[in-house]
Amino acid sequence: MFETRNTAVRVKEMMVERLLQFCSLLSVFTTMAIIYILMSETWGFFQKVSLWEFLTDTQWTPLFTIKHFGIMPLLCGTMLTTVIALMVAVPTGLISAVYLSEYASASVRKIVKPILEVLAAVPTVVYGYFALLFVTPVLKKIFPDISGFNSLSAGLVMGIMIIPLVSSLSEDAMHAVPMRLREGAYAVGSQKIQVAFNIVLPAALSGISAAIILAVSRAIGETMIVAIAAGQQPHLTLNPLVPIETISAYIVQISLGDTPHGTLEYKTIFVCGMTLFMMTFFLNMMSFKLRKRFQEVYD
Amino acid sequence: MKPYFQEREKKMLVAAEQSKPSIKITDHIYAGNSANMRNGDTKIQVERFSFRYGANKVLKDVSLNVRAREVTSIIGPSGCGKSTLLRCFNRMNDLIAGTRADGNILIEGQDIYDPRVDVVELRKKVGMVFQKPNPFPKTIFDNIAYGLRINGIRQKSEIIQRVEQSLRDSALWEEVKDRLTDSGLSLSGGQQQRLCVARALAIQPEIVLMDEPASALDPIATAKLEELIVRLKEKYTIVIVTHNMQQAARISDKTAFLMQGEMVEFGVTKDIFTKPTKKITEEYITGRFG
Repeated sequence: MFETRNTAVRVKEMMVERLLQFCSLLSVFTTMAIIYILMSETWGFFQKVSLWEFLTDTQWTPLFTIKHFGIMPLLCGTMLTTVIALMVAVPTGLISAVYLSEYASASVRKIVKPILEVLAAVPTVVYGYFALLFVTPVLKKIFPDISGFNSLSAGLVMGIMIIPLVSSLSEDAMHAVPMRLREGAYAVGSQKIQVAFNIVLPAALSGISAAIILAVSRAIGETMIVAIAAGQQPHLTLNPLVPIETISAYIVQISLGDTPHGTLEYKTIFVCGMTLFMMTFFLNMMSFKLRKRFQEVYD
Repeated sequence: MKPYFQEREKKMLVAAEQSKPSIKITDHIYAGNSANMRNGDTKIQVERFSFRYGANKVLKDVSLNVRAREVTSIIGPSGCGKSTLLRCFNRMNDLIAGTRADGNILIEGQDIYDPRVDVVELRKKVGMVFQKPNPFPKTIFDNIAYGLRINGIRQKSEIIQRVEQSLRDSALWEEVKDRLTDSGLSLSGGQQQRLCVARALAIQPEIVLMDEPASALDPIATAKLEELIVRLKEKYTIVIVTHNMQQAARISDKTAFLMQGEMVEFGVTKDIFTKPTKKITEEYITGRFG
């Protein structure tokens, strides 16, 4: 009575299942393939250049006659733009999150939050030119000896770009803090600002840290803005007014050039890619763990 | 001669009006009123008080007197407005948008819905314990010290002393004295609730409001909390909302029975439970509905 009369139906069911399975595994395979290629090329690179040289040399000149393969200048460039970006994004993002979560009425939040999130939807190339053609000239009025390419303007604009990342996730975390905690604080005679900063903010701290780490990860990996506005000169410097080069911008530079396949110069792309991947991977893991911990505390 | 004086008088009046500070409940209390207050004097006077959320009128012309150093319980079926009434005593309902209060609630003769009343000062005098234990995600010590710090107490020795005192008052000291730096969330439900009582007591309120404080606790923790409430009566005026009629009968001196936002009956607990004047009260307390 209950046997399937139509085997065609059964076959169709199976094929649909296989198709869905294939699609879901596609991204897993892609990730694995990327990691494989990164690792094999990186391995090839370290056959020629020692890990010690890579980590300690203070110059990065793979394209010059005298080649140096020290990741430090690129890492320093990346860190510089990232730190500047965070100095913009963390305070602004957190304050807007506090406002949206604790002060804004539901209707204001419903309008402002999506608008803020639009910031993240602007193509990064637009931000890059905004930094190069608008922010740098403005900065020139304040610092007359700033270079046309510099980490300051790239970092500032990148900071604006990642504000929504910080504010949106932090706001989610603060919004998830149960109302009864706020009530408890009000009941002992707290002012609104004390509730926001002494109770809600610390209670949402793990969610906020996750948001910040995610923003760091985004800033480290960000390519277009720094490639356009920060320059392409690997300098080991903390001066934000001079041209630098970030890891991501270097990858763009080499990838766009005519570096022959299989050469050591070519392999540097993958070493840089691997460095970036390891940094962002580690940060994303940390962020994931923190967010999970946050979810466990209140439910 | 006369116009001159009138002019001067007017000026003085204007000046006085302008320099009038917002009324602080504390000033009023420390002006000696509280010291003179004897057990049984009226502490909270509710006069034809109505309250609405938007168009929904949840309290209708409620009147009630809460006497000092007594336990007054408010009972009634779910949704009768008993929590709303309680949360009006420290204006906790201000946190909700679109509410409106009519009529008066006087605390020691002071209308707390007067626009000049500073709610922060009010809440320092009218503490609250909530339905679900809500310790802050801080250490046990800081849970209590927080209220002291925001109230301007900076001296470390005083904070330590008052934290200990309020933990003793809430019968929690013996259980937590060796683990004050543990998170408040690491305590059991009953301990968390007593921590919340300690937090409320630390800032030395005169009135403690309790919104179904035992509803999330097991019977043993409930018994401990009830014992605590009866003991707190010596120092504090307590208003407790409960859906547990036995609890109201056990611990309170006065009972108010609320239904659909209206005060059905209010009186001495023993009378309410043994010879209610209204039939509906009798039906409720005998469990025929609710």
